[in-house]
Amino acid sequence: MSSPSGTAPAVEARGVRFSYPARRRSAPVRPALAGVDFQVEPGEVFGFLGPNGGGKSTLFRILATLARPESGSLRVFGADLATQAREVRRRLGVVFQNPSLDLQLTVRENLVHQGHLYGLGGRDLAGRIAAGLERFGLSDRADQRAKELSGGLRRRVEIAKALLHEPRLLLLDEPSTGLDPGARRDLWETLDSLRSGGVTVLLTTHFMEEGDRCDRLVLLSRGTIVAEGTPTELKREIGGDVITLTGVDPEALAREIAALHPGLDPQVRDGAVRLERERGHELAARLAEALPGRIESVTVARPSLEDVFLRRTGHRLYDDQEESAA
Amino acid sequence: MTRAAFTLWRRELTRFFRQPSRIAGAVGTPLLVWVLLGSGFAGSFRLPGAPGMAGPGYLQYFFPGTIVLVLLFAAIFSNISVIEDRHEGFLQGVLVAPVPRSAVVAGKVLGGATLAWLQGVVFLALAPATGLRLSVLSALEAAGILAVLAFSLTALGFAFAWKVDSTQGFHAVMNVVLMPMWLLSGSFFPLDGAPLWLAELMRINPLTYGVAALRQTLAGGRVPALSLAVSLLLGLAAFAAGLLATRGGRVD
Repeated sequence: MSSPSGTAPAVEARGVRFSYPARRRSAPVRPALAGVDFQVEPGEVFGFLGPNGGGKSTLFRILATLARPESGSLRVFGADLATQAREVRRRLGVVFQNPSLDLQLTVRENLVHQGHLYGLGGRDLAGRIAAGLERFGLSDRADQRAKELSGGLRRRVEIAKALLHEPRLLLLDEPSTGLDPGARRDLWETLDSLRSGGVTVLLTTHFMEEGDRCDRLVLLSRGTIVAEGTPTELKREIGGDVITLTGVDPEALAREIAALHPGLDPQVRDGAVRLERERGHELAARLAEALPGRIESVTVARPSLEDVFLRRTGHRLYDDQEESAA
Repeated sequence: MTRAAFTLWRRELTRFFRQPSRIAGAVGTPLLVWVLLGSGFAGSFRLPGAPGMAGPGYLQYFFPGTIVLVLLFAAIFSNISVIEDRHEGFLQGVLVAPVPRSAVVAGKVLGGATLAWLQGVVFLALAPATGLRLSVLSALEAAGILAVLAFSLTALGFAFAWKVDSTQGFHAVMNVVLMPMWLLSGSFFPLDGAPLWLAELMRINPLTYGVAALRQTLAGGRVPALSLAVSLLLGLAAFAAGLLATRGGRVD
C-alpha cells in the first residue's frame, strides 16, 4: 500500500472549524470549534483537556470520521481525512464514551463482529481474539454476555475490540468516566503499555489528573485551544506555588493583601483568595503573621492543570456552565 | 464488504433469538388481530361478488393481510434497533470501521428482512386453519412473495428510521405512514367495495400490489407478474432511499 511516509505526524490539524446548526433561527451560531491547530507525534499519549462543551467531543467525532469539519484540514499519518477516510479508518481504533458493545452478544461474539468489519477472519481473527482476551484478562469471560459485565470490564472489552485490528492510533472519548478508581488504574496501565508498544493514544478528558498523565496535551475552552504543552511546561507558567486563603470576608482580605504586597495579584474565586508566588510557604507564613485572626485557612500547593486552565480562561475546569455542544 | 454485510446480518439473527419477547410481540400481536378482528367481522362481512355463503369467510379473506402485518411489525421492530444503535451503541463502532455504507445498509436491511420473512413463513403455516388448501408449489410461491415484501417493508422502515433519530419519532412514522399503508392495501377490506377516493389511494399504494400477489397465490392462482414487479420496485426504491438516508454526517 502506498501509505504516506511513516514519519508523518500521527495527527495534524490545521484550522479546524465546526458549528452545530442553530436550534432556533434567531439563536447565534456559536462555533463548537473555532479553528484549532495541533499536532500529535507518533507514539505519544496526547490529551484534550477541557470542560464539557469545550469542544472535545466535537473534535473526537471529527477525528473518528463521524463528522466533517466546516473548514480546515486533518491528516492522520499523512492520510487526509476528507479524501482518504477509508485509509484513516483502517489506522484508527475508536473507544466511545457510550459503549459500542452489543450487550445481547457475548464478549467473543462482539470481537468476532468487530474483526469481520475490519476485514479479518478465519484463523488470523481467532488468534487475535484469543490474544486480546488474554491480554485484558478476559479469557474466562469470553462466553459471557456483555450485559452481565461490570462497567470496568466492559471498558476493557471496548479497548480490546478497538485494538483488534492493531490500529496505529487509538482514540478514546472520556475513557475513565464512570469507572471506579481500580478500573481507572487498569485503564492507565493499558494506555502506558500501548505507548511503549508504539501506539499513539489520543484521549479527551475533563479530569485534570488524567491530563497530568499525558505526554502532551491541549486545554480546550469554548472551541479554542487555550494552552498546549507537556503538563510540566504548562504548570511552569504559573511560576511557583498556588496559595489559597479563606477568611470571613475574602474580598476585603484580597484588598488588604494587595495593600501589603503591591507586587501580588490576589484573586477571589469561589469564596477564597488565590495567589501565585514562588516559595509560597514563606509568603503564607508572612501573611498569617501580618493578618492575625483574619485568615481561617491557608493552603500552599504545587500548581495543577486546573490552575493553568483558570489562569488562561478565567473560569474553572469543573463548573464551567456552558451548554454541552455535543 | 460482503463479510461486513454478512456479519451485520448474522448479528440481527443472533439478537432476535436471544430476545423471546420480540418473537412473542412480532407473531402474537398479528395473531390476536387476526383472531379477534377476523372472528368479529366474520358474521357481518360479505365480500362483494362473493357467491353467497360458499365464498371465503372473512378469516380467510383477512389472512394474507395478517401475514403482511406480521412482516410490517417485524420490520418496525428491527428498525427501532437502528435508532437505538446509532447514537449510543453498536452502530457507532460500525460507522467508524472501514466499511462502505452500502454494506451497513445491506446487512441491517437483509437481517431485518430475514427475520420478518421467517415470522411470515411461520404464520403462513397456519393457512390450513383458515380452510386454505395450499399446494407445495403455491406455498413456495407465497414464501417467495413474502421474501420480496419482507425486504421492501424492512428497507422502507430503515430509510425512515435512519432519518428520524428518536423512537418517538419513529412511532409517529409508523402511525402516519406504515399503518395507513397497511390499512389501505386491501388487507383489511377490498378495493372493489371502497369509496372512489379511497380506492384511488389504494391503487397508488404500492403495498396493495404485494397483498394482491399474495392473495392470488394463496388462492392457488398464478403469481401475478405485475403485482410482483411493483413490490420488487418498492423494495429497490426503499433500499436506495436507505442508502441516501445514510449519506451525510459521516465522511465518505
